[in-house]
Amino acid sequence: MISIDNVSIQLGKFGLRDINITIEKNEFFILMGPTGAGKTVLLEAIAGLIRVDSGHIHVNGRNITKFPPEKRGISIVYQDYSLFPHLTVRDNITYGLHFHKVAGNEAKKRFDRLVEELNLSHLLQRLPTNLSGGENQRIALARALIVSPKVLLLDEPLSALDPGFREGLRKRLKSLHESTNVTFLMVTHDFSEALSLADRAAVMDGGEIKQVGKMKEIFQRPNSAFVADFVGMKNLFTARFCDTKAVIEDLEIELGRPPENGHGHIAIRPEDVVISREKLSSSMRNSFMGRVAEIMDQGLCYEVSIAVKDVLFKSLITKSSLFDLEVREGSDIYLSFKSMAMHTF
Amino acid sequence: MGKITKKEPFFWIAVSCGLVIMLLILLPLIQMLTAPSFSILKETIQDKDVVRSIWLSVYTAGLAATISFLFGTPLAYVLARSCFRGKHLIESIIDLPIVIPHPVVGIAILSVAGRGHWLGQLFSELGIRIMGSVTGIVVVLTFVGLPFYVNAVKTGFEGISPRLENVSRSLGASMFSTFCRVTFPLARRSMLIGIIMCSARAISEFGAVVIIAYHPMIAPVLLYERFESYGLKYSQPVAVWLVSICLALFLILRILTLRNTKNS
Repeated sequence: MISIDNVSIQLGKFGLRDINITIEKNEFFILMGPTGAGKTVLLEAIAGLIRVDSGHIHVNGRNITKFPPEKRGISIVYQDYSLFPHLTVRDNITYGLHFHKVAGNEAKKRFDRLVEELNLSHLLQRLPTNLSGGENQRIALARALIVSPKVLLLDEPLSALDPGFREGLRKRLKSLHESTNVTFLMVTHDFSEALSLADRAAVMDGGEIKQVGKMKEIFQRPNSAFVADFVGMKNLFTARFCDTKAVIEDLEIELGRPPENGHGHIAIRPEDVVISREKLSSSMRNSFMGRVAEIMDQGLCYEVSIAVKDVLFKSLITKSSLFDLEVREGSDIYLSFKSMAMHTF
Repeated sequence: MGKITKKEPFFWIAVSCGLVIMLLILLPLIQMLTAPSFSILKETIQDKDVVRSIWLSVYTAGLAATISFLFGTPLAYVLARSCFRGKHLIESIIDLPIVIPHPVVGIAILSVAGRGHWLGQLFSELGIRIMGSVTGIVVVLTFVGLPFYVNAVKTGFEGISPRLENVSRSLGASMFSTFCRVTFPLARRSMLIGIIMCSARAISEFGAVVIIAYHPMIAPVLLYERFESYGLKYSQPVAVWLVSICLALFLILRILTLRNTKNS
């Protein structure tokens, strides 16, 4: 278990402020945030590579805040692989064994298992310089795991890879996590990666943790405008609340309940906004007529912007429904959403 | 960047300037190397004074490079890896020997090594002589050669990603093991270049050495003396031998280390 308590770090003008995260043993935890949020700094602080100015870091109940990196049992894998260019693949993988007391046959067992699981047997005599990104990242993973660390830190391990390799390595990461009892802490800015790998995550920005919780919770109930925007809550409005109603500009929306922790924001995921030709009269309490302002091709689906009075809603629909509903720019159309799909904060 | 075509006058200006530079460097060197006859060269290398002075030059320069390696490597590492107040000041101080006129270096070292200074007093009580001694020559050569070593190796260290060291530390290696197993092997090439630059600079030093130690005579001083007393003809063969031996040594050093790098 990792517990990070009130950790602050000052690095010139940038810094981390009051970071608090608890990660369970053997959990796969994701750290998200825009570039410059301080994710790598936090990882390096956990690994002991950056000095913590205040606060504590505990791993499995031991306070490791003042430990040098080599005494922590925390491995790190970087986006650029950081393999030792002067060592063969075999020597790269076994590098950490020089510094750990591992019996010969146990070391061999670990080595064989990792080489097999990561499919590296044909590369062992090569130098890493001429290998592909996917191969390099697999070597880096084997090198990090052979010392049986308590925690594995992964700094955007997949983002430098070609999309084809990325999918394969993502599956390998998941199976490695399941087959070892190592706690994984991974930085990423890819939501599909995050959703497929992790149970819980934290969102960082400007050196602060904005939200910690289950993946689903962060996506469905962002607690701030920043997180909502970051996770793709494209319908984000400032609103006035009045009993169970929210008012955006002069559009009245029925929440069906009094707003929880309402600080003047309301958000709806674009996939929760339903488009129809006729006014829906079922459980959808909020149904408005609007005019299609813009249609954007997003590959697998279309993002349709619909203006209701002065409020612009965004909806995600499939290509087939775009044709079925004859959605065109300038045409009038109904949009509806359940009150449960609305998030207030 | 645009490509220069032959039609443009600038192309021809560049070519002519280049030719002038090539001539300036090569003409005197070729002239000097080809001037002495084979028999004179043979006679010169049998001259004990010549052999002694070239040997002295080579090994004092080698010692200067070794000292630069031992003391300069940690300093270069610190300068490459850390950022602290006064770093630029230290870098400028290291560069000082490059910009100071050579005789001034000799005078400056003499001012602390002479009997008038407490350091000189201390040295003479310990039986260490700077004036007119091999020790003095090594001190001077280290003084002038060190900046070349430190700068070359600092650049080398800067080119090694700190993340490699981070990974090594996180895998259980101490700072010292990390330096020995990762940083040092990767910086070896730049250290070799540093050693070559430093000793090449040291071997060529005349102005500062002549003030500290006219005797024992290093090759450039002997060269100067032969020129002063007997003229051009007698100094040329010594020059040819000095240049040839230095080039040969650097070549051997280069080949040896390149082979080592390939093996590892």
